[in-house]
Amino acid sequence: MADEVILLDYWPSMFGMRTKIALAEKGVKYEYKETDPWVKTPLLIEMNPIHKKIPVLIHNGKPICESLIQLEYIDEVWSDAYTILPSDPFQKSQARFWADFIDKKFYDPSWKVWATMGEELVAAKKELLEHFKTLETELGDKPYYGGEVFGYVDIALMGYYSWFKAMEKFGEFSIETEFPKLTTWTKRCLERESVVKALADSDRIIEYVHVMRKKFGAE
Amino acid sequence: MANLPILLDYWPSMFGMRARVALREKGVEFEYREEDFSNKSPLLLQSNPIHKKIPVLVHNGKPVCESLNVVQYVDEAWPEKNPFFPSDPYGRAQARFWADFVDKKFTDAQFKVWGKKGEEQEAGKNEFIEAVKILESELGDKPYFGGDSFGYVDISLITFSSWFQAYEKFGNFSIESESPKLIAWAKRCMEKESVSKSLPDSEKIVAYAAEYRKNNL
Repeated sequence: MADEVILLDYWPSMFGMRTKIALAEKGVKYEYKETDPWVKTPLLIEMNPIHKKIPVLIHNGKPICESLIQLEYIDEVWSDAYTILPSDPFQKSQARFWADFIDKKFYDPSWKVWATMGEELVAAKKELLEHFKTLETELGDKPYYGGEVFGYVDIALMGYYSWFKAMEKFGEFSIETEFPKLTTWTKRCLERESVVKALADSDRIIEYVHVMRKKFGAE
Repeated sequence: MANLPILLDYWPSMFGMRARVALREKGVEFEYREEDFSNKSPLLLQSNPIHKKIPVLVHNGKPVCESLNVVQYVDEAWPEKNPFFPSDPYGRAQARFWADFVDKKFTDAQFKVWGKKGEEQEAGKNEFIEAVKILESELGDKPYFGGDSFGYVDISLITFSSWFQAYEKFGNFSIESESPKLIAWAKRCMEKESVSKSLPDSEKIVAYAAEYRKNNL
């Protein structure tokens, strides 16, 4: 029986982009369903009753929620293709640590930098730069976060790539100037078809950010 | 004597307790080191420079940080005994989802119940009760969240039971009346030595919380 794979996602979501990259890396065919998370459709509520958020991966009718959990699931189900997570327990724990860092620490200032004003904005800018610096240092001279192979942390962070231009614009900094290693890494990741196809256009994201800023009263 | 894994921990931390339960479930002997937050050890600062928090498990000289990460690592480094996850990918994804729910929804709410007062505490209490009801619904009539065997989600949540008395006292409500199944589940888990040895006495936690409230509220 053929697998039925559906992805409930929203085009600007950095989290959905991660799942799209992973599915493409594994060569999994799926049906993409554009789902505005502000509009709680019956399908979204049925598939993610707890959080009512996207992305939701539906595999043969069963939902898997939360992008990082989806990455591990995809890695375990479609396991004959290349692996997203390393097999060594310590390397795996390192990968999980950094993906968690991205979501726990990097995420908040990454949106506050375009959504807030005044003191909140100043604090967000400072924090965002600090976290970019931490990520630059952690990458070091490795081709990818996991070492030689594109993997879990790379996918977790590249999900945010479409939003980098918006972060730079409103955060008033240049990633290329401040973080050369990260810049080289993004270029390397952008050579992958799975990544290019999954990402939204950066300028379209900036347009979206302008709409969201008006909603938040930041412009 | 071979180098034992070292657990950098703090006795009332429900996150540290997760690591303790995990190690004991696997029958792993370890060296417990109490951290003083006013004077963090060089090993802690060196092992967890990003967050400078406990628990940290140092195994073969290499640090693993963040409690759920530690629990997963322990499961994978000592795979032969008491696996924490089912073998099917969907069951595993579900387990990860529910442990993530505990961290995302339950953690903040429970802190407001014992660590705040007034409106913030009330809001926390409502969020806490909502989260507890969702968890109870997920547990259903299963003996453990993992089904027949104690597993990842059980480990992620049971450590908070040492704080139940503190929540009830400072939040002024009864958890049992809100979720009897959860209380029954907690008692079942406490029959396991790995759990009872890893959780401090509830009275000690109540005293700790009282001291915190005295100093901070």
